[in-house]
Amino acid sequence: MPSADKAASSILALRGVSKTFPNGTAALAGLDLAVRAGEFLSLLGPSGCGKSTALRIIAGLSEPSAGSVAWRATNASADGQRRIGFVFQEPTLMPWASVFNNVLLPLRLKRVPADKASRSVAAAIERVGLQSFAKAYPRELSGGMRMRVSIARALVTEPDLLLMDEPFAALDEITRFKLNNDLLELWQALRTTVVFVTHSVFESVYLSSRIVVMTARPGRVYTELTSDAPYPRAAQFRTSAEYAALCRRASEALGQAMTVGGG
Amino acid sequence: MAANARASARSRATANPEARSPLARGRPATTNREHVLRVALPLIVLALVLLIWEATVRVGNVPPYVLPAPDLIAQTLITDWSLLWQSLLVTLLTTFEGFLLAAAGGVGLAVLFNQSKLLEYSLYPYAVILQVTPIVAIAPLLLIYLPQPLAVLACAWIVAFFPVLANTTLGLNSTDRNLADLFALYGASRLQILWNLKLPAALPYILGGLRIAGGLSLIGAVVAEIAAGAAGAGSGLAYRIAESGYRLNIPRMFAALLLLSVAGIVIFYLLSLANYLALRRWHESALEREQ
Repeated sequence: MPSADKAASSILALRGVSKTFPNGTAALAGLDLAVRAGEFLSLLGPSGCGKSTALRIIAGLSEPSAGSVAWRATNASADGQRRIGFVFQEPTLMPWASVFNNVLLPLRLKRVPADKASRSVAAAIERVGLQSFAKAYPRELSGGMRMRVSIARALVTEPDLLLMDEPFAALDEITRFKLNNDLLELWQALRTTVVFVTHSVFESVYLSSRIVVMTARPGRVYTELTSDAPYPRAAQFRTSAEYAALCRRASEALGQAMTVGGG
Repeated sequence: MAANARASARSRATANPEARSPLARGRPATTNREHVLRVALPLIVLALVLLIWEATVRVGNVPPYVLPAPDLIAQTLITDWSLLWQSLLVTLLTTFEGFLLAAAGGVGLAVLFNQSKLLEYSLYPYAVILQVTPIVAIAPLLLIYLPQPLAVLACAWIVAFFPVLANTTLGLNSTDRNLADLFALYGASRLQILWNLKLPAALPYILGGLRIAGGLSLIGAVVAEIAAGAAGAGSGLAYRIAESGYRLNIPRMFAALLLLSVAGIVIFYLLSLANYLALRRWHESALEREQ
């Protein structure tokens, strides 16, 4: 599905990005990474390899100690802000606000007029299948539903780039599989670009069109795998030979990356 | 401390669905009985104490200026009602004004401190000093420099504002870091962060502070009235207690004391109700146990 011209246009590129925290921990050392328009890119690496740090740097929540983040010029919207959606490992909802108001938050912060905003919010909530829960409060929802709200909130601004930091790591397997499928559907329907951080080989292989394997701390790119398995992918894909082969390759790469890294 | 609160809030949030069901199962049968016991037991204790009290006074022929019997106190309450009621209103008005000023001052200062570290470093030590110096010692001084009603009000404020300040400060620093990141990601202004994130997150803490402040502003008002009473002025309920003491009108002292206690209880429950109404949809402290 990813065509040649799509692969050529990257929406942003990290060049030689390093990050050292004030306490001396080196999270990233010379990370080079280009994110291509429309792809589903997974950053796969051992725990603490700086995947999340890379994501935060892309989002602008953290500044690189060295190196640069270059965005494609057309990617800035009129107000100079990039249209990014971010989904954290935890749902990170405001417990005092209803599902509707949680999803409304990004639009409210951007001062989008109320009637336009509420239409966008309703659409985003419907996309994740929570129409009947718009008035519910986060505590009244299950873990999976809270994560759906979190995804709806990230999508409500119609971002060009969706950043996800191990969003399903805390969920049970059944819920995770379901959300994996729903996420792929959303990605295909919205034609957005996804950068997905995970430490799960299986999840990365199932979801991604491209997997970047990172070394242990300080993190950099060890290798990358491209998956040509066609979308839409569904449950059968999990049992296919192609999936198994890819998982093996990704596991091997991850195993090597862990021995390479750390120094 | 803030990090602690954050961590526990998070673990509560994630543990919630699992923790709810198994715990709730055994409960319904016991809840009803517990409710009845929680109301009935204190009432039984009260009845017993009153009975023993009444009996001791009658059997021992204790004169009312030493210890009045409960029925005499009740009688005094009725005969002196207009006087006591007027005094109660005076004290309650001071308490209410002191409470409002403490709420506004405590929350206002905490917000200012939160916005400016310089201001916090400059003023916070003095807020602590104001809090740790016993109000009984400050009241006579205030009465020298301020007109009497204003001095009483100042006392109520001084005692009550610190818990609001301390709790609000804690609450404002307890916001979820990921949520703060999210606000940063969408380019939220300082005012937006304060209004949409920090203040709602601090609300349970603020309400907790207010609940303490309600009782304390009553105490502040009473202390100041007694100090003022010694200076020969005032008409609040505490002043009635001091005055009745000089006149050995012990039954009226008890009646006034009873009214003060009831006022304190009512204030506490009104604030608890406000707390419940504001938090019942989302905060663990106010959630009803599932049946």
